[in-house]
Amino acid sequence: MAIPKVCGIETEYGIFVRGPVSDAVSNPVAASSMLINAYLSANSRKVGWDFEDEHPGMDARGFSIDDLLAPEIETHLVNAVLTNGARYYVDHAHPEISTPECLTAREALVFDRAAEEIVRASMKAAAAMLPTGAEILCHKNNSDGKGNSYGCHENYLMAREVPFSRIVHQVTPHFVSRQIVIGAGKVGCELSGATSADVPFQISQRADFFEEEVGLETTLKRPIVNTRDEPHCDPDKYRRLHVIVGDANMSETATLIKVGATAIVLAMIEDDVLGDDFALANPVAAIRQISHDPSLKRTMLLRDGRRVTALELQWGLLERARKYEQMHGLAAVGEDVGRDVLEKWEFVLAGLERDPDSVAHQVDWVAKRRLVQAYAERHEIRPGDSRLKALDLQYHDLRTDRCLALRVGLDTLVDPVEVENAMTNPPTTTRAYFRGRCLAKWPEHIVAANWDSLVFDLGRDPLRRVPMMEPLRGTAESVASLIDESDTPAELLARLGA
Amino acid sequence: MAERTQKQKPTPTRTDETVEDAPAVTATGDKLKAELDDLLDEIDGVLETNAEDFVKSYVQKGGQ
Repeated sequence: MAIPKVCGIETEYGIFVRGPVSDAVSNPVAASSMLINAYLSANSRKVGWDFEDEHPGMDARGFSIDDLLAPEIETHLVNAVLTNGARYYVDHAHPEISTPECLTAREALVFDRAAEEIVRASMKAAAAMLPTGAEILCHKNNSDGKGNSYGCHENYLMAREVPFSRIVHQVTPHFVSRQIVIGAGKVGCELSGATSADVPFQISQRADFFEEEVGLETTLKRPIVNTRDEPHCDPDKYRRLHVIVGDANMSETATLIKVGATAIVLAMIEDDVLGDDFALANPVAAIRQISHDPSLKRTMLLRDGRRVTALELQWGLLERARKYEQMHGLAAVGEDVGRDVLEKWEFVLAGLERDPDSVAHQVDWVAKRRLVQAYAERHEIRPGDSRLKALDLQYHDLRTDRCLALRVGLDTLVDPVEVENAMTNPPTTTRAYFRGRCLAKWPEHIVAANWDSLVFDLGRDPLRRVPMMEPLRGTAESVASLIDESDTPAELLARLGA
Repeated sequence: MAERTQKQKPTPTRTDETVEDAPAVTATGDKLKAELDDLLDEIDGVLETNAEDFVKSYVQKGGQ
């Protein structure tokens, strides 16, 4: 039986400082630090991240590449844990927020929206520290149009016993084709040799940057399936699948389907009901072909010799998901949320098939393309014109007075009050609850935190590390009253028997 | 793929909507066009004034 698909989203935001500032401030690492510190000083005491258990070099295929290729852990950069259980830090010259662990795709959407609002609040707080006329801009996108890309990653809990090779083979078709639903759209192309005339508009921000089917890298030669094996929980029971191949979404429907449909596909793989029918002959070629074809008509070669469009592939996955719902139920992803995800997934696929513009309120690339084409027509602009690239960038601009995504009529699924609440309060459904509540109640007693532990300073040596190796322990149901009834962390630890 | 031959949607809800839309396509098309025109008007007021400079100077470091 598939285990609960605990999930989360990590987003690297674009950052850009302009106006009368020194180079020391406008450099993106410094700007990101300033942005985060501004938020922290306006809102809470900073709690340091504890890196002891980070092993990004561990590869799921069974070997360690610690020496040359492992990404560096930049311990000297700003790195904070928030009272909603999220991590807010500087990663590779971008401000990044990792949402807390969520039980469902809908919860992940709420906390992804909260992350946006945290960045907006940070921009406001940082503006107060900048000289007049200077401005910090943040974008929720994945591409600067100059060959550089940064990610929006998803994480999903899976049972360790599922063979990794099965995951790789069976999730790849979904990763390659889901962009027709969740692509954020891009004006232009990053591949050398391709001009704006060749690819005036494409479906995905990220597709051009994927060069391998599977691998450990995240910053170059990006693989469709990332093998990073850092579960941040009991490694004998669990795997955390780290997904780097998606676009950041402004559309709430797209975010919901991105996480929700993927969670269902992974549950099917875990229960071994998906099989290899959808295997593509050349996934790397396919991911770009699909992205470069907004007409959705291009067919892809499958390993078994058949040719299908991305739309047909997604329909095939959805129909399998419907069968899975009937046979197994959707407990692994939340029955209600799962049902809603399937409905919306179907609605979008049907709309894309009938007339893509009919889903302009749900699908980012469609909304963006509609805007870009209409603008180009009105002003008689040709592909390659900077104004069209500016539209692309401004679609993702997090300044609310400038953001184009806020003006194109995208459906909102989540109440703003719920989002605001999620900026400071953790989910009640996962160990993030324990982390967030402890941080809020005893910030001065927590010296360090990471995903799978909290380190308390009780005022007497030694420091006390509380392991949190189970993502579903430490929920409100199990610890809320313990925390409420404890005046001090020492009391809490005594009650926990730690 | 079996799914390819039976490409009808598992539930017929969308088919009903499509049938409804068909006769009114012109009206819907005009309405969409009007919405788009209004949107373009609004956006003109919000766009970066110097698109070329902005796009040229927007560079990010590669991330993950």
